Amino acid sequence: MHNDVRIDDPMTETFEAEPATGADADADPGDPVLELDGVGKRYGPETAVSGLDLTVRDGELLTLLGPSGCGKTTTLRMIAGLEAPSEGTVTVADEAVAGDGTTVPPEERDVGMVFQEFALFPHLTVAENIAFGLEDPASEAAAERVAELLDLVGLGEYGDRTPGDLSGGQRQRVALARSLAPEPDVLLLDEPFSNLDVRLRVAMREEVRRILEEAGVTAVSVTHDQEEALSISDRVAVMHDGHVEQVGSPAEVFEHPESRFVASFLGQASFLPAAVGEDSVETIIGSYDRDLLEGITDEYTGADVDVLVRPDDLRATPANESEADGTVVRRQYTGPSFVYHVELADGNVVRCLHNHAEDFDVGEPVGVTLVADHTLAWYPAER
Amino acid sequence: MAAGSDGAGTARDRVRGIVRDDDRPSVALVLLAGGVAAAVLTPLLWLLLRASTIEPTEAFSLLTSPTAIDVLTNSLGLVALVTAASVALGVPLAVLTVQTDLPFRRFWTVVVALPLVVPSYIGAFAYVSAFGPNGALAGLLAPLGIPVPTVYGLGGTTLVLTLFVYPYVFLTTRASLLSFDESQLEAARTLNHGYRAAFRRVILPQIAPGVTAGALLVALYTLSDFGTPAIMRFDVFTRVIYVELNSFGIGRANATLFSLELLAVTAVILALESRVGGDGGSGYGAPASAKAVVPLGRYRWIATALPALVATFTLALPVGVLAMWLVRSGPGYAGGGLAFQPEFAFNSVYVAALAALATVLFALPVAYYAGRSNSWVARAAERATYLGYAMPGVVLGLALVFFGIHYAPAVYQTLPLLVFAYVVRFLPQAVGSTRSSVLGVDPELIGAARVLGAPPRRAFRRVTLPLIAPGLLAGAALVFLTTMKELDTTLILHPTGFTTLVTYIWRVQEAGYYGQAALPALVLVLVSGLSMIPLLRQRGDDA
Repeated sequence: MHNDVRIDDPMTETFEAEPATGADADADPGDPVLELDGVGKRYGPETAVSGLDLTVRDGELLTLLGPSGCGKTTTLRMIAGLEAPSEGTVTVADEAVAGDGTTVPPEERDVGMVFQEFALFPHLTVAENIAFGLEDPASEAAAERVAELLDLVGLGEYGDRTPGDLSGGQRQRVALARSLAPEPDVLLLDEPFSNLDVRLRVAMREEVRRILEEAGVTAVSVTHDQEEALSISDRVAVMHDGHVEQVGSPAEVFEHPESRFVASFLGQASFLPAAVGEDSVETIIGSYDRDLLEGITDEYTGADVDVLVRPDDLRATPANESEADGTVVRRQYTGPSFVYHVELADGNVVRCLHNHAEDFDVGEPVGVTLVADHTLAWYPAER
Repeated sequence: MAAGSDGAGTARDRVRGIVRDDDRPSVALVLLAGGVAAAVLTPLLWLLLRASTIEPTEAFSLLTSPTAIDVLTNSLGLVALVTAASVALGVPLAVLTVQTDLPFRRFWTVVVALPLVVPSYIGAFAYVSAFGPNGALAGLLAPLGIPVPTVYGLGGTTLVLTLFVYPYVFLTTRASLLSFDESQLEAARTLNHGYRAAFRRVILPQIAPGVTAGALLVALYTLSDFGTPAIMRFDVFTRVIYVELNSFGIGRANATLFSLELLAVTAVILALESRVGGDGGSGYGAPASAKAVVPLGRYRWIATALPALVATFTLALPVGVLAMWLVRSGPGYAGGGLAFQPEFAFNSVYVAALAALATVLFALPVAYYAGRSNSWVARAAERATYLGYAMPGVVLGLALVFFGIHYAPAVYQTLPLLVFAYVVRFLPQAVGSTRSSVLGVDPELIGAARVLGAPPRRAFRRVTLPLIAPGLLAGAALVFLTTMKELDTTLILHPTGFTTLVTYIWRVQEAGYYGQAALPALVLVLVSGLSMIPLLRQRGDDA
C-alpha cells in the first residue's frame, strides 16, 4: 500500500527494507531534529517545567512519560509554539524557534500536532480537514496528497464524511493524516490514545506506530500510560516535577531505572530493605549473592540499601507459621495470573507474580523467595 | 420471599399506572389549554374578518399605491441597515470580549450587553431631545447660527435602533464563541494558519448560526418596533398603521392591509429563524476553556476604545441627556397642563400587576400540558401562544380595536381588554419559564403522592404547585417588568383618562416638553434594568 505514498525522508529506505526496532534506532542515531536546551516555564509563582534538556533524532519516536502535572504537556505545547518558554531555547531543524527573545508563532514552525481530543473541524469533511494545512487546498496536488494520506491511514473511502460521523479510532486516523499532510519536521502527539476505549487503544498503538514509520516522521508523544510508552517508543523520557529524570530505550529505562522515582513509577515496584555485606546481601527474606545488585562496589560494603523488586522477581512459597516471611494481605487477579501482596515481618509489602497453579488465601503465612534471573537496581536507603 | 417481591412489584406497578394515567392529561386540562390557545389566536381572526370586508380590487390598488410601496421599501431598508450595522458592531465586540486579552473583559461584557435594558423608544426620545430641532444641541448652536443636521428619517432611526438592539447579535455570537472548542484554533495554528486565516476558515463558519440567529432577532425587533420610527419620524409599517388607525374611513382599511403585509414579512423572517435554529450545535468537541487565546499586544489598550465608545453612545449619552433635562426642568416647571402625577406610576404598577397575574393564570394550563405531554395537540397549544411573539404590538392593538368596536363595545377602552392584550403579547415569556419548571418535576413524585393517598387534585396542589412555584414567579416578574415599559398596545388600548408612565412619556415627548419626560423615562430604564436580572440568571447556566 505504501508504494504510492510519496515520502522524501531518507529514513524511508530503512523502513521499507526492514522496520527499524528500538535497538536499531539507538545503534544508528540520526541527526538531531529537535533540541530543547535549559527550557523552563513558569506560570506566576508556579514552575511547570525547569531546566529541561532533550534531543530528538531524525525519524525516532520519543515519548514523554510521567504522572499528570509533571509538565509533559506544557513541554509539548512549548515545542508547538502554543506556549512561550520562560527560559531556554527550542530548536527545530536547526532553526531556533523559541528563546533569546524570539518566539516563532506555531503557524510558522514546521511542527504538526495531534490533539488529545483530536480537534477536527466539524464543519469540514474528512478530506477538507486533511487538506487544511496544505498551501493551496483546492489544487490538484493537494487532492493527490489527501488521497495518499487517506490511503496511508486506511480511510480511503471516507473523504466525504464529516468528523461527526466517525468513530473514535477513525477520528484519530484523520487527525494523524491532517497533521502529517504539510510534512512537518516534527510531529507532536498529546495523549493520543486517552480518548479511545481500552480495546481500541491497544490496536491503535500498533496502527499509529505503523503510520509514523511509513511516513518516516520524527515524533514526540506524551502519555501517562507506561505500557503505551514502553510499547511504541524508540526512546522514553520519564518526567517528574518539571524535569526529565531519565532518557533511554524502553528496556533501559524499565530495567535500569536511574532514580527511585523512575523505579517506582514503572511496573508494580516494591523496595526491599537490604544490608550489603562483603559477599552477600542480607534481607528479611534471606541472604543472596551480592552480585545480584547491579554495579555494586566495595565502598557500599556495610551500607543499607533498598533493592527494587517487581512482582516477577519474587515468588511466594507455602510455609508454616514459624518459617514464614510474611502474610498474604491481598490477592489481585489479573486474568492470566495472580499477584499476591505479602506483608513482610517488618511491615513492608511486596508483590509476587504467580500463575494459576499456586493458590494462597488472604491471611495465609507464606515464604518469599527472590527468583530474579537478572541484576537488580538498588538505591541508598532512605532511613 | 416470592410473595414479598410480588407485593413490591404490584406497588411499583401501581405507581407506574398512576404515573401513566397522569401522562395522559385530564380532559379538563386539555380543554383549558386549548381554550387559552384559541383565545390567544383570536386577534388574528378579527384582523382577517376585518380584511375580508375590503374589496379585492380596492385592496390591490391600496397595496400598489406609491405610498404603500414607499412604506414597504422603507421598512425593508431599515431592517437591512439595522441588521447589517448590528452584525458589524456585535460580532467584533463579542470576539474582543471572548477571545482576546482585552483589559477588564468581564466589565466590558456586561456594559456592552446593557443597552438591551434601555427601551429603544426611550433611546430615540433621548437622541431627539439632544440632537433634534428643539433639542439641547440645537439650543446651544442656534444663537451661533449653526444649523444641526436632522436626526429624523432613515439615518437617525437606523442609528438609534442599532445602538439599542445590537446586543442581540452580541449575545448570540458570544454564546457561540464560548461553546467553540479552542483546541481547533490551536490545531489550525499548527497547520500553518495565523489567527486571521483561522478565524475566517475555522471560527466564522462555526459561529455563523449564532450570528444569524442574533441578526434575525434584530430584524424581527426592527420590523415590529413602533416607538423608535415614530419618534424619529420615519414611515415604516408600524408608524403608518398607528397613524391610519387614528384616522377614519379608508384609513382603517389601510391599517388592516399594512398589518397583513407586515405579518407576512414577519412570517418570512420567522421561517428563516426556525431553519437556522435547527442546526445550531456542531454535536461534538471539547468544551471551551475560559482562557484568552488572542493576545492583542500593543493594541490591548487601544482596543478598549471600541466598547468604551459604544457605551458612551448607548448608556452615558441617553442617561446623561435625561439627567440633564431632569435638572434643567426643576420643580414647578409644567407646560401645557401636563404635570407629572405620582398616580401615573401607580397606574403603571397596577396594570402591570394585573397583567402578570392574568398571564401566569393563562400560561399555567398550557405550560403544564406541554410539559407533561408530547402529543401534537400539546405542541400546537404551546406554539399558538407564541403568536404574541410574532405579532407586532401595533397590529395586535389594531385587531383588538376592531374586536372592541364591532363585537364588544362594552370592553372597548377598558382595562380588561388592555390586560388581555398584554396576556397575548407576553404569554410566551410566562409559558417558557413555567414549562421548564414543570419539566423539572419528576413524575414519580406525583405517583408517590398518589400512592400515599392523595387524589390528583391534592397531589397537584401539594406536590407539583410548590415545586413549579419558582418558575411561575419568575415568569410573573418578567411579565410585570415588560408590561411596565410596553408602548404599542398601551398607547392604542389604554382607557381614556387612564395615564401610565408610558402614555405620559409619549404625550409630553409629542408635545416637545422634554423636561417632563425625563423622570418617568429614567424610572423605566431602571425597571428595564431589573427585568434583565432573571434573563441574566438563565443565561448564567450556559455562559
